[in-house]
Amino acid sequence: MTATKAPSEPRSQQAVRRPGDRIFAGSAKASGVFILLVLAGVAAFLVSEAVPALTAPAEDVPGGEGLGAYVAPLVLGTLLGAVLALLVATPLAVGIALYVTYYAPRRVAATMGYVIDLLAAIPSVVYGFWGLAVLAPALVPFHVWAADTLGFLSFFAGPASTSGRTMFTVGLVLAVMILPIISAISREVFSQAPALHREAALALGATRWEMIRMAVLPYGKSGVIGGAMLGLGRALGETMAVAIVLSGGAGATLNLISSSNPSTIASNIALRFPEATGLGINTLIASGLVLFVITLAVNMLARWIVNRRADFSGAN
Amino acid sequence: MAKRIEVSDLDIYYGDFKAVEGVNVAIEPRSITALIGPSGCGKSTFLRSLNRMHEVIPGARVEGKVVMDGQDLYGADVDPVNVRRQIGMVFQRPNPFPTMSIYENVLAGNRLNSKRMKKAEADDVVERSLRGANLWNEVKDRLDRPGSGLSGGQQQRLCIARAIAVEPDVLLMDEPCSALDPISTLAIEDLMTELKDRFTIVIVTHNMQQAARVSESTGFFNLNGVGQPGRLIEFNPTEKIFSNPDEKATEDYISGRFG
Repeated sequence: MTATKAPSEPRSQQAVRRPGDRIFAGSAKASGVFILLVLAGVAAFLVSEAVPALTAPAEDVPGGEGLGAYVAPLVLGTLLGAVLALLVATPLAVGIALYVTYYAPRRVAATMGYVIDLLAAIPSVVYGFWGLAVLAPALVPFHVWAADTLGFLSFFAGPASTSGRTMFTVGLVLAVMILPIISAISREVFSQAPALHREAALALGATRWEMIRMAVLPYGKSGVIGGAMLGLGRALGETMAVAIVLSGGAGATLNLISSSNPSTIASNIALRFPEATGLGINTLIASGLVLFVITLAVNMLARWIVNRRADFSGAN
Repeated sequence: MAKRIEVSDLDIYYGDFKAVEGVNVAIEPRSITALIGPSGCGKSTFLRSLNRMHEVIPGARVEGKVVMDGQDLYGADVDPVNVRRQIGMVFQRPNPFPTMSIYENVLAGNRLNSKRMKKAEADDVVERSLRGANLWNEVKDRLDRPGSGLSGGQQQRLCIARAIAVEPDVLLMDEPCSALDPISTLAIEDLMTELKDRFTIVIVTHNMQQAARVSESTGFFNLNGVGQPGRLIEFNPTEKIFSNPDEKATEDYISGRFG
């Protein structure tokens, strides 16, 4: 060992290796590698199982028109429901988070925090039944009204569903389901907005809302986007609640309120998997691969949005 | 522009705790008033009560009178937001908004008054304020860069530019140099001397040489013991405080016998 060593190497580079440091560094590294392995394993499984469906002749794929035609309405349905959920939940979650951190009396704030976190603990099947039994019938009058007055928009073209088991209802159920995660993360980042900058705004003569706009929202923006992406991930992948509420299976349509809706990828897999055989299974897994790719793309997009103005993030 | 502040029988509380007791003082316009004293004696608390920033802390409140040119700042119909627009503040640690450019930082206060500003007018305010804060030459080529990329001293001068951009009557400074090196400190002190022609300046400082260098009047705060409220022990022309103070405690403090 000493023979191969360059004699001029400075001694100071041989840092002391403490066992505690090595154990910690090793276990942290192992955790990091482990999650990558799991992810790679899932991706490899999806790809290998999807290959038969990807290469099969179009008429053999369920539906008889090829994989693209099979997956396209599902992708549309998945995105419609998830985006609607996000559009409804994000402003609401930001409002809740701001109320809890900067407006509510301290005792109310603590209670509200618990109640919202509780929403996250409810199993999705319960949300499904709630959506089916309570929300869907309750929303029927809105469906009718929307078809009458907003019918010029393709989203509300109608005819209005009489059961309420529509993409619109699904979007609202999903919105309630992703509300806790977005509001919990927003609450966390808002409460960490530096007092230094909040006081700077107040000392300039900012009202409470102006202080929030100057010092809290810009600081929390990337956190809110991160929370929204986690929520979107959950909405994209939600299976049970959608399977219960939505009367899906129809072709691609932007219409949110009619009784013929496209299904979503995850709920379609759950509903079809028990009876699927042979190439049918491969097709379902191929649709799962598409969902995987969509989720990945959404997350990368979110990262890009957050990093675009990293100079101004306040992290430096 | 540059107003006189009269404080009478001011008691300042955090919840039930009385932090400062019985302050009576008149702060003259177009001059620098320094507040010195040991840590925890209430000088920063007193400073923050002058622009109603004290009450931002939950449970914090004030009894007594603070009158600026005949207007009671704690009057029933006075909006603290308006008080803070008239009385600017610079903090101990430089706090430019990290999500805003240098340009937007200077205009932050002006934007709050929510009047639409023409681009030329805004450019004018930015240049005037940055020149006023002796920062223009250093940043004029990078006004669109984040303020957090500047050095500590530059950031503090940016905060001063932001405070004077709204043309306040009074400028409060809470240990503005304590996080800065001697060169930056000197730059800020020079700046204060220039600004006192236009503003009433009140500065809290732990640096007695600084108080002696820049101020016309000095107030010495002290407290009798932990848990006791702080008091304004002596308020006199700076020269007198540092050469021949009226109170024994003042002399002990400035000669380094305690604190």
